[in-house]
Amino acid sequence: MNTAINSYRSGPDERGHFGIYGGRFVAETLMPLILDLEQAWAKARTDKSFRDELDYWLEFYVGRPSPLYHAERLTRHLGGAKIYFKRDELNHTGAHKINNCMGQILLAKRMGKTRIIAETGAGQHGVATATVCALMGLPCVVYMGAVDIERQKPNVFRMKLLGAEVVPVTSGSRTLKDAMNEALRDWVSNVESTYYLIGTVAGPHPYPAMVREFQSVIGRETREQIMKAEGRLPDSLVACVGGGSNAIGLFHPFLDEPNIKIYGVEAAGHGIETGQHAASLTAGSPGVLHGNRTYLLQDSDGQVIEAHSISAGLDYPGIGPEHAWLNDTKRVSYVPITDKEALEAFKLCARLEGILPALEPAHALAHVVKLAPTLPKDHLLVMNMCGRGDKDIFTVADALGVGM
Amino acid sequence: MSASSDGRIERRFARLKNEGRAGLITFTMMGDPDIETSFDILKGLPAAGADLIEIGSPFTDPMADGPVIQVAGQRALKAGISLKKTLELVRRFRALDQDTPLVLMGYYNPIYVYGVPRFIKDALEAGLDGLIVVDLPPEEDEELCLPAIEAGLRFIRLATPTTDDRRLPAVLAHTTGFVYYVSITGITGAKGAAVSAISDAIARLRRHTKLPLAVGFGIKTPEDAASVARSADAAVVGSALVSAIAGSLDGSGKATVKTAPAVHDLVRRLAAGVRAARKEVVR
Repeated sequence: MNTAINSYRSGPDERGHFGIYGGRFVAETLMPLILDLEQAWAKARTDKSFRDELDYWLEFYVGRPSPLYHAERLTRHLGGAKIYFKRDELNHTGAHKINNCMGQILLAKRMGKTRIIAETGAGQHGVATATVCALMGLPCVVYMGAVDIERQKPNVFRMKLLGAEVVPVTSGSRTLKDAMNEALRDWVSNVESTYYLIGTVAGPHPYPAMVREFQSVIGRETREQIMKAEGRLPDSLVACVGGGSNAIGLFHPFLDEPNIKIYGVEAAGHGIETGQHAASLTAGSPGVLHGNRTYLLQDSDGQVIEAHSISAGLDYPGIGPEHAWLNDTKRVSYVPITDKEALEAFKLCARLEGILPALEPAHALAHVVKLAPTLPKDHLLVMNMCGRGDKDIFTVADALGVGM
Repeated sequence: MSASSDGRIERRFARLKNEGRAGLITFTMMGDPDIETSFDILKGLPAAGADLIEIGSPFTDPMADGPVIQVAGQRALKAGISLKKTLELVRRFRALDQDTPLVLMGYYNPIYVYGVPRFIKDALEAGLDGLIVVDLPPEEDEELCLPAIEAGLRFIRLATPTTDDRRLPAVLAHTTGFVYYVSITGITGAKGAAVSAISDAIARLRRHTKLPLAVGFGIKTPEDAASVARSADAAVVGSALVSAIAGSLDGSGKATVKTAPAVHDLVRRLAAGVRAARKEVVR
């Protein structure tokens, strides 16, 4: 019992720990709110009417289930494993983020909250939050690093069109981590009215577990769809990991299938050796940030180091605590992919499959490009195509030296 | 808990009680605007009227702090401060002053990375008396609070307006030294709470604990400090002092001859406010 793990799906414990990771490292002002949220979530998740309501919105508004698509041309090109894409980029708003936002906005409404705040990096979570707030008629404030506002202008405008207030964050490194700090400061200052809609499987308990449950619809559908298409479960799964919500969503329903190999792909930026990357598992160490213990990019004094990735959605110096635990237990293999490799995969996918992947899943795809040729043709590989690349065309043009 | 009940913090509050007045607790960031200037500020605080001293240890991601203290932390990190160097400043201070309690205020990660057992040992050896760690609620007591108390450090907990009567016993259970009441739901440097709300909160807290009660957040002027000092055992001033530092710097953000005096002058005025507070009431 002490050494063998019976199940990889039973965590977190009642205090939000996945092994030594997770927990509730927040200011006292927030603690009662987090306990309220935990209670409200425990009640909602077992309430059939909540489930039914969520299912309704996921089907008729988000557009679920998303297809499990056999990428035949890519499969032939790579000459190995049979590759499937889970097409979460076809969701309304263009990414997996809305699965979680839909769930949390229904919970916020149940809790009687009247104002929603969120942080965003690439802007995908900000757009998804602004969208569900518009849908439910709730005011929405999105915190976004000033650096990210500059490089994700289309999403900033989308959020504004949807009625959200976008607040530029100029403190610290002016990216996603600072946006999260600022959202926490807002929450501390507006405790009565405000619901903090966190966009990934990080933050204090119960967020990592709750967001996982909302995103696990990805893996649950994949399970059914692959059984229908192939009559058996896949042999390997691949997803990109920033905070890690799309990855945990795909992985979680399969964690206890011992024969399935699972790969999480981290952003290696300019290369691990340059120090300019966002690969917290490959090159970080355990620390405490944003309410949970996890792997962080940090110096020897415990000061957090700025991350770098071409993909704003992966540009975060931490990672969800469950991934930290899955890394230590070796259930999931985490591998780094550089900006350059992701760009190559982006171009390949556009030409071969007619799909512009977001730069985030382009990292996952770059690992598929390495992996698939080494595998036999009857090997079933599922990759989460968690977002579409329209938002990234300016970044890609810039990286390719193309004037637009 | 095996901690002794007679440390510098207890002796200081006992003395304040004898003198029939509240205390002034000051907060400045170690390393702000540079390491030596922050030490000059620190060593002059007792003479200026600080009864207890909170020293800030910066963190890159201070999620409970307003812009003033965020920027101070960035100045300090840029100046090369670390937790180790902060403890060196504590040691140097102790060589000059054996009586004024020193409490380190910061976030958990630098302590966690330093290593909890090693940090507790080094902190005690340097002459530190207590800890205020913003992001360690009672739910995470096993991390640092319990071993620190066991070793003889005080673990000062923040209570807030959201800490209701149901939760207060859990918050107070492992609090030692004093209780720090955060008078607002908000970040450091924000607008202060109404005096009536503070005295109501103090009365509520006194029903739950015999520990001294300090009140902070939003206290900026000698008048603010005085009004808090009428009901609380101590008033905490931070952002206003940090602003005094910021206001004394030259165009490139470096310390000037005015920097330490700017802080000490404000501390003198705050101390006068605190010391006069209860006399006014008697009159």
